[in-house]
Amino acid sequence: MDAVVRASGLAKRFGGVVAVDGIGFEVSHGEIFGLVGPDGAGKTTLLRMLAGVMAPDAGAASIDGIDVVAAPERLRERISYMPQRFGLYEDLTVDENIRFYAELFEVPPAQRRERAARLLAASAMEPFRRRLAGQLSGGMKQKLGLTCALVHAPRVVLLDEPTTGVDPLSRREFWRILYALRSEGVTLLISTAYLDEAERCDRLALLQDGHLRFCESPAELRARMPGALVEVASTSPREVRAALAPLAGVRSVLLVGDGVHVHVDNAARVPQLEAALSERAIAFDAARVVMPTIEDLFVALLGPGAQAAA
Amino acid sequence: MKLRRVRAIALKELLQTWRDPRSLMMALLVPVMQMLLLGYGVNLDIQHVPVCTLDEEGSFFSQALLKRFQASRYFELVEALKRPGDIAGAMDQGRCRLALVVPADFSRTIAQTSHGTLQAIVDATDDNSAALATAYANAVIAGFSANVQAVAMQRQGLPVQPPALVVQSRVWFNEDLESRNFIIPGVVALVLALVGAQLTSLTIAREWERGTMELLVSTPVTPMELLVGKLAPYFVIGLLDAGICLAFALVWFEVPFRGAFTTLLVTTSLFLVVVLSMGYLVSVTIRSQVGASQIALLLTVMPISLLSGYAFPIDQMPAPIQAITYAIYARYYVTILKAVFLKGSGLAALALPVLALVAYAIALAWLAARAFRKRIE
Repeated sequence: MDAVVRASGLAKRFGGVVAVDGIGFEVSHGEIFGLVGPDGAGKTTLLRMLAGVMAPDAGAASIDGIDVVAAPERLRERISYMPQRFGLYEDLTVDENIRFYAELFEVPPAQRRERAARLLAASAMEPFRRRLAGQLSGGMKQKLGLTCALVHAPRVVLLDEPTTGVDPLSRREFWRILYALRSEGVTLLISTAYLDEAERCDRLALLQDGHLRFCESPAELRARMPGALVEVASTSPREVRAALAPLAGVRSVLLVGDGVHVHVDNAARVPQLEAALSERAIAFDAARVVMPTIEDLFVALLGPGAQAAA
Repeated sequence: MKLRRVRAIALKELLQTWRDPRSLMMALLVPVMQMLLLGYGVNLDIQHVPVCTLDEEGSFFSQALLKRFQASRYFELVEALKRPGDIAGAMDQGRCRLALVVPADFSRTIAQTSHGTLQAIVDATDDNSAALATAYANAVIAGFSANVQAVAMQRQGLPVQPPALVVQSRVWFNEDLESRNFIIPGVVALVLALVGAQLTSLTIAREWERGTMELLVSTPVTPMELLVGKLAPYFVIGLLDAGICLAFALVWFEVPFRGAFTTLLVTTSLFLVVVLSMGYLVSVTIRSQVGASQIALLLTVMPISLLSGYAFPIDQMPAPIQAITYAIYARYYVTILKAVFLKGSGLAALALPVLALVAYAIALAWLAARAFRKRIE
């Protein structure tokens, strides 16, 4: 495995608060590497340190063999970093923003025009080229941010929650662009608050309180979840949860859209669950074993009592 | 340093200034307003001081003296009072700033003793104009007194002796003794410092506040490119403002300009480097637009208006304050401006203040270039 991004023992504290506490991992060429974890887990700090905009207190990191801590300036042309907060100029137009970043990276004008046209077409942004960035919707701003980030054809792209506040349609376009990048051999690190997006990553780093808890593919993470996940569809999910949570063999009950996800130690528990609900005359449609989502994994692996379970 | 990146930043900065009404107003309107306000508002001349008279004698002689005051351009007789008790009221209400009291025995005392006394009461709430008014009043009375002596000697058949020493004074550089000619060149310094430091104080703070700095830091731009790219547009704006000020001084206020424009251009460029670097330094340090703009204001307008000597002569300040003025960068530029405008001095004659400006420019630009760190914390 040829690792493009290497991090070891990265640590950062702000005053008395430890934001990142000794995190290390490797990301290989052409991989989409996801950073997931609750707010305050250290995702943003980690990405800032990897992007060379924040100096770590301890640890080492390299991208493409270049030491991020010692020589961040040698790294700039190869990477692209898109901060969580919209970082473009709201009083410049879409085209002016793209041009500004292209000039800072010394992209030849012909290449800039070709790349900008391609990226704007891919994100359905062409009609807005002359609009001020401040007058774009949240989704369009993020797509412009991505366009600016990609205009110098970086080898490694670091994206900090790029799809937060973005409508579903734009998110799909966003991911189409990311997949296209991966197929071109670009390595992507992306933090996300959307767990359905985490499923799209090749590998995931689960962060909690500045620690790296797990670093595996979504499939491997699923295998870590012992027992089975039972989905119970019901119109009164809270009652279902109250009825099932105390039962033997039930590890956790998670409210989802139209029912609950019950984490049990064994798939054979399903009849017991159904019996318990019938006994209390709680209406439910069906109870069936399903594939756990990343959200389920999250609760199972990082939730209260997770250490004991894992 | 890559010229291309410098140009990209400079263009971006210009576009942002152009699209921000507040910055645009600061760049173009403030110089005009300041010139008009200070050109008209700060006038240290005393002319037409309102005078009240209390002529207790009411003779031809006493009236002749008071007419002398009326004839002087420094005084204007506004009111003849009847009783001594009226003087305080007239002064309190600001009807007059000088009151002349001619005693009832004025002519008689002079005839008997050849000495006369009259009382002048001055409103000294403004001590500077009070001192000037007293001096002018003494001059008027001395003139009258010399005249009276001459007439008396003539009557006794004696030859009229001119006073032994006569000062033939000739005023150089500001022949009209107009304080406006003295002040307006200095206003240029005030305007450039105000506008230059204000605009640049926002430039880095704005990037931090709007969240654009994080992205900027992740690009290959170097601190030096950022400094030059950010200051270049404001340098051009500063020169433009200097042009506006110069046009106002020469055309509107008709201040004489005897120097060379190249001297003015060179020294103004130096001064701009000083104030722009200072604004940039503040912006890098403070990181908030409001805070940076306040600090920039404190570093420019206050010391310049009080300590640069643009309106209040430095050699009349107490020694410790005079010592402080050497640290005020604008002092040197004001000295240069006045010399170039009124005396027509060239760079050679101004070597000392020019070198002081060069030293300031180098030091502040160096500090500004070093202050910015491509890191977020």
